[in-house]
Amino acid sequence: MPPFSRKPGLPRRKPFVKKPFVNQRDFLLMSVPVVLYVVLFTYAPLWGWTMAFQNFKPSRTFWTQEWVGFQWFEYLFSDDSFVRIMRNTLAMSGINLVLGFVSAIVLALILNEMRQMFFKRMAQTISYLPHFLSWVVVSGLVATMLASDGVFNQILQTLGIIQKPLMWLGEPSAFWWIVGFANVWKEVGWNTIIYLAAISAIDPALYEAAEMDGCNRYQKMWSITLPSIRPTIMVLLIISIGYIMESGFEIQYLLGNGMNQDYSQSIDIYVVTYGLNLGNYSLATAGGMFKSVVNIILLLSANSFARKMGEERLL
Amino acid sequence: MIHSRFTLENILFTSFKFVVVMGLVLITLYPFWNTVVISFNAAGDTIRGGVTVWPREWTMTNYKAVWVTANIPQAFFVSVSRTVITTILNLAVTSMLAYALSRKEFRFRRPLTLIVVLSMYVNAGLFPNYFLIRGLGLMNTFWVYVVPTMFAGFNFIIMRTFMRTIPESVIESARMDGAREFFIYRTIIFPLCKPVLATVALFVAVGAWNSWFDTVLYASRNPDLFTLQYQLMSMLQSSMNQSRSAADVGSSGMAANINASMVTPQSIRAATTVIAAVPILLVYPFLQKYFVVGLNVGSIKE
Repeated sequence: MPPFSRKPGLPRRKPFVKKPFVNQRDFLLMSVPVVLYVVLFTYAPLWGWTMAFQNFKPSRTFWTQEWVGFQWFEYLFSDDSFVRIMRNTLAMSGINLVLGFVSAIVLALILNEMRQMFFKRMAQTISYLPHFLSWVVVSGLVATMLASDGVFNQILQTLGIIQKPLMWLGEPSAFWWIVGFANVWKEVGWNTIIYLAAISAIDPALYEAAEMDGCNRYQKMWSITLPSIRPTIMVLLIISIGYIMESGFEIQYLLGNGMNQDYSQSIDIYVVTYGLNLGNYSLATAGGMFKSVVNIILLLSANSFARKMGEERLL
Repeated sequence: MIHSRFTLENILFTSFKFVVVMGLVLITLYPFWNTVVISFNAAGDTIRGGVTVWPREWTMTNYKAVWVTANIPQAFFVSVSRTVITTILNLAVTSMLAYALSRKEFRFRRPLTLIVVLSMYVNAGLFPNYFLIRGLGLMNTFWVYVVPTMFAGFNFIIMRTFMRTIPESVIESARMDGAREFFIYRTIIFPLCKPVLATVALFVAVGAWNSWFDTVLYASRNPDLFTLQYQLMSMLQSSMNQSRSAADVGSSGMAANINASMVTPQSIRAATTVIAAVPILLVYPFLQKYFVVGLNVGSIKE
C-alpha cells in the first residue's frame, strides 16, 4: 500500500508505524546537508551583527573586542553624509519603482493589443535581452551614449535643447534619472512577462460581454484588463516596497564619480566605502544592519496592509 | 470584431502601437550598435563627434589596446569555469532538495522548508559575509566563486512548484517496485524536470557570468582569478576617470592634434563593453525559449 493514501477511517499517522524511517532517512540525507549549507551561509553570518556593537578590530578575537553599545548607530544617525545617503537611496528607489511599474504595465498593455504575432514576438524577444547583460555592460553603454561626444548630446543639440555638449555623468542633478532610465531600459521587457501572463489568464467572455455593451478598447483596458491584473500588481508592489532600501549598488558603483557623488552614493556604497576603503567594519555593519532591519519591517507592514485591504498577500 | 476595421480611430491606434513597439526595439538595440561602431572607429576621429551609425575610420587599435592591457584569454577561462561549475552544482543541489521537500510523505518537510524560504529574506550584509568567507579560508581561491552561490531560495521555489505537478502515481509505483528515494530522484524526477532545470540553469549561469563584485571583495589579490567582467569593470572604471581629463583636453582645443593610432578612454570603453556583451549576445537566441516557461512556472509560487 502506498504510504500516505488516506483511506477514510484510517488514522493519519498509521503509515509511519507500518513503514518506519526507510524513506525518511533517504529524504533526510537529501535535504539536511543543503539546509545546513543554507544555515551556514545565510543565518550564521547574522552573528557578525555583533560587530556593529563593538569597536571591531580583525586582529582581536571575539572575547577581546571592545564593546561600545549603540555608539556606531548614534554616529550613523548624526552623520550628515548619512542623511544625504538616505535621501539618495530613497529617491533612486522611488524613481525606479514608479518608472519601473508604469513602463512595464503600459508596455504590457500595448503588447497585448498587438495582433501581428511576428512583431509581438520580435519586440518581446528583443526587449528581454538587456535583462541578461551585466551592469558592467549597461554602464558602458550608458557612458558611451552620454559622453560629451556621444549620441545623446548630439540629438539634444540638433533639437536645439542645449547649445553645447554636457557631461551628463558629471551633472549631480541628472544622476538619479540616469539610474532610473537605465533600470527601465534594462528591465522593462522582462517585467512585462509577468503582466502578460496575468493578462492572458483573463476570461475572454468578459471582453465579449463588454463589446456587447458597446465598450471601446480604452474602456475595456481600464475596466477589465487593469482590474484583472490588480492582484499581480499588488503582489509585485508589496515585494518592491520591501526592497525600497535597495536602490541598487552596481550602477552607482560603476557610474558614480567625484563630481556626482553627493547624489550618486546609496546606502550600499556607504557600507562599502566605510568598510572596504576605510576599514571601519563596525560602522559599515551598523549601516548594513539598519538597512536589513528596515527592509524586514517594511516587508511585514506592506504584507499586513495588503491583508487589511483584502488584496493578495505574499507571506 | 463588431466594428469596421478601417475606422480612423483604428488606423491611428494601430500606427501608435507600431510606433511605440518599433521605438522600443530601436531604443533597445541602438546603444549596442552605436557602441560597436565607436569601438571600430579610430579614437582620434571619434572625439570630433558625429559617429552614429557607421564607422568613419575603421580600426582594430581599440581592441588591440584592450587585449594588451587585460589578460582576456585567462579571464575568459576563469569566467567560463566558474559559470559551468556553479551551474552544475546549483542544479544538483537545488533539484535534490526540491525533490525531498516536495514530497508530502517526508516528515520534516515543513520545518526544513521554512528555514529555506525564510533565508530569502535574511541578509546579514556585506562584512558579516566577508568574514565568513575569510574564516572558511576561501579568500583568493577559485572556490570563492562557487561555494557561496551553490544554492538560491528562489530557484528552489521554482523547482519545487514544478515537481509538485508530477503525478504522485509515478513515484508511488516506483516505490512499490522497491526503488529508493535516490534512485527515484535520479532516474525518474531528474529527467522529467528538464524544462525547469533549463530555466534555473539559465538564471544561475547568467548570474555567475555577470558577477564581478565578488572578485573585488574576495579575489582582488589574485590576478589569475580575475573574471572577464572584473577585468572589463576595472578598465571601465579607469576609462571613466581618464575621460574627464580627456574632456578637459578636448575643450582646450588639443583634440585635433591627437593622431590616428592613439586610443582614448572613450574608445577603450566602447571596445571593452562590446567584449563583455558579446558572449551573452551569442548564446541569447538559444536560451530565450526557456525562460518564459520557467518564469511562468515560478510565478505560481507559494
